[in-house]
Parts: sequence; C-alpha cells; structure tokens
Amino acid sequence: MSNPEMTFENAASMGLSKDEWELILTRLGRTPNLCELGIFSAMWSEHCSYKSSKRWLKTMPVDGPQVIEGPGENAGAVDIGDGLAAIFKIESHNHPSYIEPYQGAATGVGGILRDVFTMGARPVALLNALRFGAADHEKTRHLLGGVVSGIGGYGNCIGIPTVGGEVNFDPSYNGNILVNAMAVGLANSDRIFRSAATGPGNPVIYVGAKTGRDGIHGATMASAEFSDETESKRPTVQVGDPFTGKLLMEACLELMASDSVLSIQDMGAAGLTSSSVEMASKGGLGMEIDLDLVPAREDGMSAYELMLSESQERMLMVLKPDATDTAREIFNKWDLDFMPIGRVTETGRLVLLKDGGTACDIPLAPLVDDAPEYDRPTVEFTPHPTLESAAITNEAPISDILGRLMQTIDLASRRWIYEQYDSQVMADTIQGPGGDAGLIRVHGSNRGLAMTTDCTPRYVEADPRIGGAQAVAEAYRNICAVGARPLAITNNLNFGNPEKPDIMTQLAQSVIGMGEAARALDTPVVSGNVSLYNETDGRAIRPCPVVGMVGVIDDIAAAVGVAPKKSGQTLMVIGQNDSCNDGWLGASLYARHLADEPLAAPPPVDLDAERRHGEFLQAQINKGHIAAAHDIGDGGLAVAVAEMCIAGGMGAVLSCPEGGNRHGWAFGEDQGRYLVAVDDPDAVARAANDMNVDITIIGVLNGDDELKFGSGDAISVTQMKHDAEATIPALMQG
Amino acid sequence: MSLSSMRIAVLVFPGSNCDRDMMVAIERLTGRRPALVWHKESSLDPIDLAIVPGGFSFGDYLRCGALAARSPVIDAVLDHAARGGAVMGVCNGFQVLVETGLLPGVLMQNAGLKYVCRNVTLKVCETVDSPFTRNLSVDTPLTMPVAHNEGNYFATDDELARLEDNGQIAFRYTDGAAWGPANPNGAALDIAGIVSSNGRVMGMMPHPERAISAELGGSDGATLLRGCLEALAS
Repeated sequence: MSNPEMTFENAASMGLSKDEWELILTRLGRTPNLCELGIFSAMWSEHCSYKSSKRWLKTMPVDGPQVIEGPGENAGAVDIGDGLAAIFKIESHNHPSYIEPYQGAATGVGGILRDVFTMGARPVALLNALRFGAADHEKTRHLLGGVVSGIGGYGNCIGIPTVGGEVNFDPSYNGNILVNAMAVGLANSDRIFRSAATGPGNPVIYVGAKTGRDGIHGATMASAEFSDETESKRPTVQVGDPFTGKLLMEACLELMASDSVLSIQDMGAAGLTSSSVEMASKGGLGMEIDLDLVPAREDGMSAYELMLSESQERMLMVLKPDATDTAREIFNKWDLDFMPIGRVTETGRLVLLKDGGTACDIPLAPLVDDAPEYDRPTVEFTPHPTLESAAITNEAPISDILGRLMQTIDLASRRWIYEQYDSQVMADTIQGPGGDAGLIRVHGSNRGLAMTTDCTPRYVEADPRIGGAQAVAEAYRNICAVGARPLAITNNLNFGNPEKPDIMTQLAQSVIGMGEAARALDTPVVSGNVSLYNETDGRAIRPCPVVGMVGVIDDIAAAVGVAPKKSGQTLMVIGQNDSCNDGWLGASLYARHLADEPLAAPPPVDLDAERRHGEFLQAQINKGHIAAAHDIGDGGLAVAVAEMCIAGGMGAVLSCPEGGNRHGWAFGEDQGRYLVAVDDPDAVARAANDMNVDITIIGVLNGDDELKFGSGDAISVTQMKHDAEATIPALMQG
Repeated sequence: MSLSSMRIAVLVFPGSNCDRDMMVAIERLTGRRPALVWHKESSLDPIDLAIVPGGFSFGDYLRCGALAARSPVIDAVLDHAARGGAVMGVCNGFQVLVETGLLPGVLMQNAGLKYVCRNVTLKVCETVDSPFTRNLSVDTPLTMPVAHNEGNYFATDDELARLEDNGQIAFRYTDGAAWGPANPNGAALDIAGIVSSNGRVMGMMPHPERAISAELGGSDGATLLRGCLEALAS
C-alpha cells in the first residue's frame, strides 16, 4: 500500500497542527491519503503559505510607477527604461546549507536563478547575504568554506556573475547559518512570463532534469526548528547540477522567444506540488497529471515522493496547443527531458493519476485560499536607553582603535570569499564585489544596474522597527553611493520561531520599519521570501531582515567607486555639519568590540534626511563633481576613511574636532552619511547649501602611506590593508 | 586582409559561458560578428581563426574539457589545425585544446584548491614565430582577469624544458598591481599560456575578452586580441 489513509499522527509528523488537520478533514469531507496529506502539509507550511508573516507583509508598499510586477509571481519586475525590465528576487536556503553547506548554497543559487528566468528574464547578476556563527566556533570554517564554494560552484558554472553581497559573523548563528541568494535578470517589459495556467485542454509539460528522491518535503523541514537530530535530515537536502541548470535556462529562454509558452512555473520548494497547485489556482482552473509520465530518476517512486521531491532544475509549463513540436525540438537540442504529463482542466481540482488509479483528487481552493493565516501574539517593545559615548570611550588614540577594528572579522576584507566567485563573466561588470554596490552594464547600452544586499542584525535586535528601516536606508545609500537611482527592493525576512511573542514582535516591528522606509524612499517591495524557525535547541538567531535593492544609472561613465583617483582631493562628509564632535555609539561595532555590547538603542534613522542626502549625492555624482564615494556604515567615519584610503592606495590627513568625544566622532554610526572625495569642495558645498544638505570638510587625501587624525595620531594604510586582508585567510587556515 | 574580412568561428558547447563575451570582443575589434558554431556541427566553413571560449563545456564534472574534446565539431577543428589553421583557446578552451592533444600538458586543480577570479599580470615571452605573440611587446606586461578552478599548468620536466627551448611559453604570470601572489594557481614555470610548436595554436587561462575597455577595468585584453588578429590578417 503505497498511498495509505492518514491519521492526525501522520499530519503532526509533517508539521501540521490539530486545527489544520481538522480543517483538511472538513474541506475534503473525508480522510486524505499520504499523497494528499503531503500536498496539504507542503502548501500550508510556513515556507509556502507565509501563514505567520502574511498579516504583516500586507502592510508593506508594493506599488509605484516603476513597478511592473509586485509580489506574488516568481520574482518582481521594475521598469528601468528603454522598454526593459529588471526582474529580481532574494530567497533563503538556510536550513539546507547548515546541513550540507555546498549543496545547500548551490541549490539556493540555482533556485533563485530559476525564479528569474521563469519570468522570461536572462539572469545578469547574483548577490548574496550570508551569516555565520562566531569566527572561532568549531563549525564556522567548515560552513563558510562549503557555502562559499557552493555559491561559486553554481554561479560560476552557469555563467552569471556574482557582483555583490555581505557576510557577517555572530555567535547567534552558530547552529543556524543564513544563506540568502539574490538574482537579477533583464527582460523586455512586454515579454514577461507569468504562472497562471490558461486554456482548459492545453498541455502541461514537464521539462528539465528527472525527478529523484532528493529534497523530499524540504519546504516542511525549512519550516521547523533545528535540533540535535538535524543531521538525520540530510536526505531532505537537494543536490544541484549547474550544468543542467544552464541547459534549462538556455532552453527556456529560447522557447520563450518562440512565442509558444502560455504560462510557466519553476519547481522550487515543494516541487511538482507547488508548481501545479499555483499554476492551476492562479488561473482559476484545475489540472490533471499522470504521474506515470513524470520522468523519474529511479523506479518505483510513489505518488507522494513524486509530488514532494525537490529535485532541482525542473520546470512546469503550459504550452499553446500547437506549439508542442517546436518546444520539443528546442529541448532535444539541449538534451533535456520534455514530457507532456497532463492538461489544464476546468474542474478546479488537482487530479493525479498513478498506476491506473487516482492517487489524489482534491479541490484547489482550500489548498490556497484556506491556507491558514495567523495573527500571532506580539508584545510591547521596550526601547533600550540611549548610550552616552563617555560611558564606553577612553582616551586611546583613534589610530589604535581603528587598527584593532580593521582586523576584526566584522570589518576584515572579504576578498578570500569573493575571489571564489566569477564576478566578471558576461563581460558587463563595471563594479564587482568590494564596493558599496555591484554595478553592471545593461548589455549593449550605456545604462547601468546597481544592486546591493544589506542588513545590520544588531540594530534590528536592539530596536526592530529602527533596524528594519535602517536595512532599507543602508541599501538605499549603497545604491546612491555609486550614482544610481534606487528603484525597488526585495527582502528576505530571517527570524526565529514566530510562535514566540518576542520573535513575532521582531518580525512585525521590523516589517513596519521596512515599510516606512520603503515608502519614504520610494522603493516599493516587489518580491521576497520569509524564513522562520531559525532556531537551534530553542535559541533564536539575531533577527536578519535582509534587503536587496536595485537601482539604475543612465550613464555608467558617470558612476563612481570607493577608490579615489588622485591625491590632493578633499574629503567631505555629506549628512554631517561642521559642529559635529561626537557620534552614536549605541549598538555600534565600537561598542561590540571595545565595550562588550551594552544594551542600547541603535542609531535613529531620519528618512527625510536619507532621501535628501541620497538625491543630492546622485545629482553630484552625475554632474561629475564626485571622484569617489562611500557609505558611512559599520565602524563609522574613521573606518569609511580607512577603507577609502586602502581602496585608493593613499594616505589622508583628517582634522579632528575640538571638545566633544573623539571616539564618538570617529566611530559613531550615525545614519544618512556619505564620505566623498572631491576636486572642488566649494562647488559641492554651494550645491549642498542650495539643497539644505549638511556637509563638512574633514580632510585631504595625499600620496603618503599614513592616515592621520590631526597631528601625532597616525596609522599605516599598508599595514591596515595587510591586517584586514589577513583575517579571513588566517581563520580558514585554522 | 582587413580585420573585418577575417572569418572567425567561436565554438559553443552547451556549457560555454564566455562565448558571447568573446563574440562581443571580436566584433568590437574587427567590426564583424564572428560565427557561433554549435558543438554538434561536424564541419566548419573555411575560417581564419577558431576560438574555443571559456565556460564549463559539459559541466566539467569529469576532467575539464574531456567531453568537449570528443564532440563532433572538434574533428573539424583538428582538420583546420592540421592544415596550419589558427586556433585559440581561452580558459576552458585551453583545457579543451589540451584534451584534444593540440597543446601539450594538463591543467590541474589550482594549488589553492579553490576557484580564483581576480586580475593577474602577464609577461609576454619570446616565442617561436606565432601570430599570437608577434605583435605583442615583451616589455609591456598585460593585466587581465583569470576565473577558473583548474588552471594549474603541469607537464613533465622534460616537456617543460622542451616548451622553454622551443619558445612555446607565450605568457607567464608576473608581479603586478593586483593583490595576492603573481601566480594564481601554482602553474609550473608560472605558465599562463602556451603555443604549439608551429605557433599556430594558442591556449591561455586569463580572459582577454573581459578586459576590452576602461569601464570593464582595463583594455589590455583588447591589446592582446588585436595583436593576434592583426598578425593573422597580415
């Protein structure tokens, strides 16, 4: 009996609650069999249904004149001009990557690429956001090495450049790392493909790799906490095949150009289940599939296994009735399976045939419309007190502190990581990893697409609403810092167990903050992903709502990077005035490394100022007034200057303020600021005055090897570079 | 002949991913789009240069380039080379040419056991007369990126001595501005590229097609490619 009737105990083992089980019985009017229950549990898993987060996700802005496709499709799409759309999304592969780092990360990249080319876009860039445990934790080396190698293994082979990302380390991720991958593609705005099935009777085609017994019920695993037994879940991890992924991408894009495809959906989480259910339900139709026709890698797979497998590199599509031969020819050319396995029906039901019988016959509406939606309890958030700089600072030279901070894992060079990614394939990379934002040329034009990922979990933990807003604001600054105009965001909400009110509060408050910032900065949310239950043995991760942002620059020749080109240029700070002599050290890296992270409020985010400063910088860059620009973020002004000096291979002399708090001034993480190198400070200052933007001159670049804070307090730029470069290689050598 | 009348073919395997980049670079330099030739083709129209581009020809789960070297189009390339025709392989293309036997040696996994993508600096070497080096100056180092996991050139000591004696080493990694060791992969004798004993076949690990303009980070790749094309056209 391969498809037996189920009981509540079976449902519970698939992660369903008693109420959810009762609801299934009511809707079906009978007891589900194994295959049917598997389908319900996958569709109602947190991963597929967003049942805990939907209530809050709805509050985020999703509209704007630039938006072509908001959340709900495989990826979001925005208008970038010239009849082109940027199509992008970020997605997590946290749990699989902890269990099997190489394959977990590789399939994360493969999955997000499929989301993008399913929409008809050729992927043009990849980014990622990674969180690992403490540098000295026993698993960190293994996980970092495996994840980086897996990301490279997929992206390098399929031939999409990885142009940016962020990596951080914190003990809260010791038992639950975060691997979020983002893909960006380009399509003609009038040639975007969607997933809603159309035309009863039209053929449903399975293409790509064969279905095997890997990743079965992965979406459900991704919706549960980890425990000591997690190792035993290794069989739920999918295995990636970037070469087949490349064939599938090329074949799909070739087929889409031939005007044969009516709708298309990739088989990602919950495989054939979610693709067939989503296509049929979005079209308000039904679907009948003969599971005996599904190309299988091994014999004897049950209906349950075929429907719940998460084997990679597969697609489901509905073709125009007369297009089957054209399509088959294209897939033959690429040596891929091409199999009509069913048809669109008018029944509103999902019917699965197997071995001459019916393995599943369920109405689609309850799977999607009746998916549970919870308003989980939250608690009142009590803000932490503001930290006075004097409480944690001392009189040590700024250069001493800077030298120490630059060697920390938080600020160390990420070169060991990003040199394992092909950042230049496709030959359109203007700025790869290591800058504020990745920048690629829109192929065959002068237009550029800027992109970044960002989140500062320590801010989110200290105040989720401010931290959520700050993630959007920092991403916005990264895009502005290269001279591009921010367009829209995708987000990946990584949190612990939402059934705990304090975790739910983090989720709700940070989504509110993100929404406020997205509205104020005119960067609506067009796609996203939620990853909950990031806990191990009851301990939650630091909350990490990652923002991926995309912007556009009309002429890449105007873009700037972090590296200044010549000595003698003036260093200015946009977003700070001449009287500044202290800074915000609460929740800063300084507080983390020099004061044991006292509980304190994070730096406030002034969204009006962010927008004013960002637009001012964009304008100044595009007028050619800015030689180099850098967002002032982790570690504050001194670190930003050090990074600029290292990038340019130059020294600088800064004038320090009188009075106040020197460490606060140097290392405070006040928001809304940029460091710029300029040839004509007067011109920039005049323009700033006209636009009501604070600006201050802080020093001058020179050809020496020293970064000087006033007189007598100096540090070698070469030494800082060597120290910053040495940290991660030393960690990986052990 | 003018550059625009050159007949150039860029081979395309299912996992090639630098075919378009090479096509764009060649078109930019010659004004004429080269032909993209699918691996299942068993013949080539008459050409002046065959280029095997970078990528992961058949996934490279087996030895890199081993499957590609046994595809139908390679027989046509071997015929072309046997007639003295010019052949260039870049990155995976170099691996393929080694697998076909058109070039000696093997490309092993990088000594660091990791994929590496970064700029390297190349010294152009004195070689046997070859269109691939004839127009390049041995005094002008060239900077361009590498991006590979198997670029660690290896041959027996005898073979290496023969390459040196015959003037078949075309490019060597040398110190430059980029961070990190000059030799990114542990290649014997710092070999980045070699030519066949008659100078007509060249393979190199670095990617000249990615360094064809200032906005892409430099144009030394264009210098290299232009030098080759002009030598072949003259």
